[in-house]
Amino acid sequence: MSLLQVVDLHATVGETEILKGISLTVNAGEVHAIMGPNGSGKSTLAQVLAGHPAYTVTSGTVTLDGADLLDLEPEERAHAGVFLAFQYPVEIPGVTNAYFLRMAYNEVRKARGLEELDPIDFYDLLEEKLKVVRWGPEVMERAVNFGFSGGEKKRNEILQMAVLEPRLAILDETDSGLDIDAMRIVADGVNQLRRPDHATILVTHYQRLLDYIVPDFVHVLADGRIVKSGGKELAHELEARGYEWLTGVPEAAVA
Amino acid sequence: MTTATRPARSPNEPLVPFAELVAEGARAGAPAWLATFRRGSAERFTAVGLPTSKDEDWRFTPVQGLARENLGVVRRPAPVAPEALKPFLLGSERGALVVVIDGRFEASLSHLPVLPTGARIMSLAAAITEGIPEVEAHLGRYATPDVTPFAALNGAVFADGLFLHLAAGIAIELPIQVLHVSTGAVPVVAPRSLLLVGRGASVTVVESFASVGGTTGFTNGVTEIVLGRNARCEHLRVQREGAEAWHIGLTEVSQERDSHYRSFTLALGAKLSRHDLRARLGAENVETLLYGLYLGRNEQLHDNHTAIFHDQPHCNSWEVYKGVLTDRSHAVFNGKVIVQPVAQKTDAKQTNRNLLLSETARVDTKPQLEIFADDVKCTHGATVGKMDEQQRYYLKTRGIAGRVAEGVLIWAFTAEVLAEVTDPGIRETLEKLVRAELETMIG
Ligand SMILES: Nc1ncnc2c1ncn2[C@@H]1O[C@H](COP(=O)(O)OP(=O)(O)OP(=O)(O)O)[C@@H](O)[C@H]1O
Ligand SMILES: [Mg+2]
Repeated sequence: MSLLQVVDLHATVGETEILKGISLTVNAGEVHAIMGPNGSGKSTLAQVLAGHPAYTVTSGTVTLDGADLLDLEPEERAHAGVFLAFQYPVEIPGVTNAYFLRMAYNEVRKARGLEELDPIDFYDLLEEKLKVVRWGPEVMERAVNFGFSGGEKKRNEILQMAVLEPRLAILDETDSGLDIDAMRIVADGVNQLRRPDHATILVTHYQRLLDYIVPDFVHVLADGRIVKSGGKELAHELEARGYEWLTGVPEAAVA
Repeated sequence: MTTATRPARSPNEPLVPFAELVAEGARAGAPAWLATFRRGSAERFTAVGLPTSKDEDWRFTPVQGLARENLGVVRRPAPVAPEALKPFLLGSERGALVVVIDGRFEASLSHLPVLPTGARIMSLAAAITEGIPEVEAHLGRYATPDVTPFAALNGAVFADGLFLHLAAGIAIELPIQVLHVSTGAVPVVAPRSLLLVGRGASVTVVESFASVGGTTGFTNGVTEIVLGRNARCEHLRVQREGAEAWHIGLTEVSQERDSHYRSFTLALGAKLSRHDLRARLGAENVETLLYGLYLGRNEQLHDNHTAIFHDQPHCNSWEVYKGVLTDRSHAVFNGKVIVQPVAQKTDAKQTNRNLLLSETARVDTKPQLEIFADDVKCTHGATVGKMDEQQRYYLKTRGIAGRVAEGVLIWAFTAEVLAEVTDPGIRETLEKLVRAELETMIG
């Protein structure tokens, strides 16, 4: 059974249809890259999978390990192992990173019927996870994403992912706005999680990330549909040729 | 004139004999300067009476009902056991503790450690009796009877409170706690405190207001704070009176050159609470920081009126008040900032943010900036809203939802101002207090 199965997914915001029939199968152990012009629906797909209330699924199905995903609340999807690294992570002033991570970790544990970790044990775990993003403990006392630089926010998403160890990680342009070193850190974070029972969907505009995280499949999303799928070579081809040959529209006109 | 039983009254006559009390206060004895002050206060209160809703400063805060309340009738405070105070104590046990029961200093419950020469912490009544010249020089000079009708009422009837005097350069390390306890025995609990922080001196004072016994009570306190040159004062005010209490307070601050005043007020209790906090920045290079937090539930009303008088150039004021309201509770915020023509280079920022957890909670917030100087930086912002949906969703995607998420977000909202309490021990205690209250509010 595939880990994630998306079949003919249509989604709207208000009256506007944004996803116009997406089908996608992701098996455990795979990394899929989703590329495509601005405004083609990549973030929408990511948010629909995470359960954002602004989008209405009008038809199609999504299953995680064979079970209906669309019926679940966002938090239930998180408990089931879905993780979305946001394109624009949200700031939460007043809540420290350490507290937030422990709460998230324990809420997921509770939902799975596991015992919660006390602050001391959690701190040990956190110390290990901080190594993934090469951060010192100071960052843990700062408020979640509050006053973080763009790159720091992305790195913080990766830290959350490392702590939560999701089954399905969806990274929405986590590489955008990162310097080369930070991009490596993000890539290392993803590669560490790359296990036979886990899958990753990477939304990206750049081939560079895919040099570090080599995808099994590359899909091109345009105007709410997957217009082409291929292996890792497809990304190189897109880098060289742009999207026009697939969409029939010069890219500048799409956004 | 101690009466234990209530005399018969006509139905139209107020239950609380304010007129009688005020007259009694005006007759109260020596010294002459005090008698004059009391008489002036009594006359003022008699002339203006309790404010009505026609009074702009009391538009949203109905206090007329006070006169019809079934308040206590005796003139002497009821005895309070030391154990009863424990839940209300904040901060280190080694610091000074001044306990004021029903408006009177209670030596047997207080703890006054040995102080450096030039520092006095004592009962205001004792300071008056002793004839300390600074009392006469300062008492009633700032919180004058015309500030509010309740200031006049306090001036006429107050008996006691804290007198603090720090001579030049004295720094008191540990916070001084002033615990006001109301037992509901007396009709008007009217504590009055005078804090004189001399040149270069520094101190932290925590005033708490609590009630025991759970009966209806009326507290009407006044605190005058005078900061000399380069003096520093952190002033915390914690109002946690019983659910049936009426709580009115006035804090009047006067600041000399280079002085620094930092206040944090927390309003949790009472059915109606009103605090006027007024700071006069009377010389150059003064800094004034006002932080406030109020939590309302049931039918509670919390009213905060602040006024910052920028009378001189090069002063900074910074103000952040936040409120969380549920049920049918109501909050009022009015923030005056008055910048005089000479007060160039004033830097003033005011913020009031409110979080409503129910459809029926209500906020009336009004910034009132009156700026007569041209080279100034003055900003204000007020918001009334619900919880941030983006944050709520972000938490959900991390597996955090329901009451846990709500608790986190509301806590985060309040934490910003709580973080401004400098003393770690007191901050922690207040954080616990707020957390517990929020839990009750979320239900
Ligand atoms: N909440 C929303 N309300 C209105 N329109 C929306 C909303 N979310 C997405 N859209 C619209 O749907 C389309 C797809 O947006 P989406 O963010 O999914 O694009 P994207 O492929 O992620 O683009 P980018 O590469 O710029 O991140 C855009 O036209 C966008 O304006
Ligand atoms: Mg996007």
